[in-house]
Amino acid sequence: MINQLQRRFMAHLDPMLLGALGALMLISLILMYSASGGSMERVLGQLVNVMVAFAALWLVANMPLHYLIRSAVPIYIVGMMLLLGVAFFGEIQNGARRWLNLGVATIQPSELMKIAVPLMMAWYFERHEATLALKNYVVAALILAVPFALILRQPDLGTALLICASGFYVLFLAGLSWRVILGLFISAAASAPFLWHALHGYQRQRILMLLDPTEDPLGKGYHTIQGMIAVGSGGILGKGYLNGTQTHLEFLPERTTDFIFAVFSEEFGLLGNLVLLSVYLFIMWRGFVITANASTYFTRLMAGSITLTFFTYAFVNMGMVTGILPVVGVPLPLVSYGGTSMLTLSLGFGMLMSIHSHKTLVQS
Amino acid sequence: MMQYKELKNNQREIYFFRLRLILSLVFVLVLAFILLARLVYLQVVRQSDFATLADKNRISVVPIVPNRGLIQDRNGVVLAQNYSGYTLEISPAKVDNLEATINALSELVSIQAKDRKRFKKLLTESHTSNSYPIRSRLSEAEVARFASQRFRFPGVEIKARLFREYPYRDRTSHLIGYVGRINDKDFAELEKSDLAENYRGSDYIGKIGVEQSYERELHGTTGFEQVEVDAAGRGVRVLSRTPPQSGKTLTLTVDIKLQEVAETAFGDFRGALVAIDPSNGEVLAFVSKPGYDPNLFVDGIDTETWDALNNSLDVPLNNRALRGQYPPGSTIKPFMAIAGLDTGKRTPSYTISDPGYFTLPGNRHQYRDWKVGGHGRVDMFKSIVISCDTYYYGLATDMGIDGVHDYMEKFGFGKKTGLDMEGESAGLLPSQDWKRRRFNQIWYPGDTVSVGIGQGYTLVTPLQLAYATAILANNGVGYRPHLVKLSSSSTDPSAEPPKPPVDIDIHLKSEYLDLVKKAMIAVTLPGGTAAWAGSGASYQFAGKTGTAQVIGIKQGEKYVEKDVHERHRDHAWFIAFAPADKPRIALAVLAENAGHGGSIAAPIARKVIDYYLLGKVPPPPQPLKIKLEAEHD
Repeated sequence: MINQLQRRFMAHLDPMLLGALGALMLISLILMYSASGGSMERVLGQLVNVMVAFAALWLVANMPLHYLIRSAVPIYIVGMMLLLGVAFFGEIQNGARRWLNLGVATIQPSELMKIAVPLMMAWYFERHEATLALKNYVVAALILAVPFALILRQPDLGTALLICASGFYVLFLAGLSWRVILGLFISAAASAPFLWHALHGYQRQRILMLLDPTEDPLGKGYHTIQGMIAVGSGGILGKGYLNGTQTHLEFLPERTTDFIFAVFSEEFGLLGNLVLLSVYLFIMWRGFVITANASTYFTRLMAGSITLTFFTYAFVNMGMVTGILPVVGVPLPLVSYGGTSMLTLSLGFGMLMSIHSHKTLVQS
Repeated sequence: MMQYKELKNNQREIYFFRLRLILSLVFVLVLAFILLARLVYLQVVRQSDFATLADKNRISVVPIVPNRGLIQDRNGVVLAQNYSGYTLEISPAKVDNLEATINALSELVSIQAKDRKRFKKLLTESHTSNSYPIRSRLSEAEVARFASQRFRFPGVEIKARLFREYPYRDRTSHLIGYVGRINDKDFAELEKSDLAENYRGSDYIGKIGVEQSYERELHGTTGFEQVEVDAAGRGVRVLSRTPPQSGKTLTLTVDIKLQEVAETAFGDFRGALVAIDPSNGEVLAFVSKPGYDPNLFVDGIDTETWDALNNSLDVPLNNRALRGQYPPGSTIKPFMAIAGLDTGKRTPSYTISDPGYFTLPGNRHQYRDWKVGGHGRVDMFKSIVISCDTYYYGLATDMGIDGVHDYMEKFGFGKKTGLDMEGESAGLLPSQDWKRRRFNQIWYPGDTVSVGIGQGYTLVTPLQLAYATAILANNGVGYRPHLVKLSSSSTDPSAEPPKPPVDIDIHLKSEYLDLVKKAMIAVTLPGGTAAWAGSGASYQFAGKTGTAQVIGIKQGEKYVEKDVHERHRDHAWFIAFAPADKPRIALAVLAENAGHGGSIAAPIARKVIDYYLLGKVPPPPQPLKIKLEAEHD
């Protein structure tokens, strides 16, 4: 009886993927205790986030695929409306208009677009699967470009770039011709100087800091320098759990959120990093397997985009902490403190599991 | 057919999709490799660099200021000490509106206009520390009041620290000097001599006197504490500690009781007294009157008090014993007598007939003796006892100015004695060469005449004259005067100090010394110029009076003390040593505008020697009556 219940409960969950995601979340909880300086409040908060995320993952994983397809347009429209709402009525925090107060809760609609944009694009390509022409790619690109522009205006460069990446992965997997890709890269490179002018002062600073963080060690370069010191001083074996001096003496900024990777690196060293990187790569491998075996055009595009976007998150965050990318405010997926990011990612993984399990069910 | 084509398309599609997926996988792996390479670079290649940076972040080296050494007199009486107390300090960088903050503070803690001025002066003088005291020596009640309101005053804090205190106040001001807060100039000096590191955390430095000249010994060695700090700079725990080494306790050669006796003996007169032990150069008393309260300077002096001290006609800030330069007057005569004998210009029996004045050959100008009508027949012995001017006019003329210069130099005139205190004046011993350099003029024979009686260009400091007297008392052998006891070894402070090296040795014949010393004893006996001061002494007391002119007297005029403005009256000198056969103390007394040496200066010397040799404490001072009709020198 219990066995049967358990089987029913686990029916749509992919054990390997779930194991890897669980491992990251466990690392997150363990690390949260150290990063917050021993605050159980922070750990319990993250535990709640994990449980909410798991519930969302289970729900989506159990959802039949056609629900997903049907939900694409409404989610996208709601997301766009919320984004426009932010642009007109949004709350300003830390100099950026990113939040929308709905009375019950303050939400960040750009997070929702991380799912909504690839979903909508995949839905669009699925609809025009038989007669794909260049114009379809242009329309798909517009589906991406409008929210991208709105989020860039908030301004939130990090989220905008990640959404752009997730949309681009859909375009790429949908078979955008190499010539167009090449053309895009060339025009992007050519317009770089113009884009530079369009960037906000603080965004430019962050890029400049990357080139030479020591120029302003107590100002804008502080995050990067302290992050690199934490990572570097960790060495091969790390300083040991709860022993990171950069972390516990509070030299490291944003310890529980964007710079949690520095906490991990300082305390667990290169060996720990190899383990962490392996977990991410394992999730990638599993995502690729699911993508490769996905039965429909929509699911293939969706699964591929979710998988690649997930890795992009991880790479951008680690790159920013280790000083090879500018500080753009991207959390370490499933490890950094934060409910929204964890929820969005879990929704993605729920879809991935749904794609996998429902395909299997259909075949059997 | 249609179905087949679709199927084929589908397969082609899957083929292309998987190709792109594989490309994506390659992309992911490339990124992962870049990340890994970066991690290896940071965590392996540059690990030690970043570990150093992490340590630099967290480890702060906090200096521990050593306790300043005490200063005590030769008998162990403490003259400079430390006591702990509280200061209220403001860090100007952390305070937006200084004026408003000080106003608000003044409601809790008494802050007077004087304190505000002192604080402002500190701000302009020093830029090396980050916080400055607005008030020091807070009472417990004030500390409690501030502590309860502390949250209102960011950048203001109470600090517990050691204060320097001089319990004898103006009695020791010119001897010990004082410490003061390190200003920009002091800091530059410290950096120049590579001592700045040892003064990290120190607020005070010796500014003048013994506090200055023995700064290195008194300061001690700063200790250090390695403290782990967090990003906000708060100390978390101590990692290691190098304790500070307290400054050495200095034992002076001065006897503070003797110093008190001497100061009291001066009464209301300004002046200086230096007493030296001729057998080893130890300075027994070092007085310059008036003094000032050195405690005023420790935490910065306010402008008003400073101006009052600095502009006072009595110049209390001037260390007369060390820096005051006066004509030696007749106190030069015993030294001139030795010079005359030793250079062969005079014999003990050589006698002159004193008409009451001296003239140079071919010149009608009369150089007057102090006694109108003269002393009659005068030999060397008598010339000292009755202080005959005419005798020494002639002697100086016979020796020539350069002869006088060269011989007087042997007694240490015209150069610094090398006392262990900074700022000493060298006095002036004129010569032909000096006049040419100084005025670009040739030396006239007339210039020489008055040099013989210690007037003219000659200038000495009380210290120099005391040292010369000590050399004479010790039969021509001089030991450099010093204020701090020479310690034999650091391990055994109670051991007898070593005999200092001989500084000056004039090889003098004992018959010359006997003659001059006997004459100096006769000075304090009936018939001598200091007979009054010497009466009833139970020991042999050798001395010589002197008068230093403050204003010149025109040819044919008579100096009448009553008619001269008080500050233009002559300075009184007295030099002495005792007991004459085996001198234990030699001294020089200068009383400014006191008239003649015999009546004012000699009794001061007598009281000092009485106390030093007999332990006799003089009765409490009575208003001094200036005996105008006393015998002249």
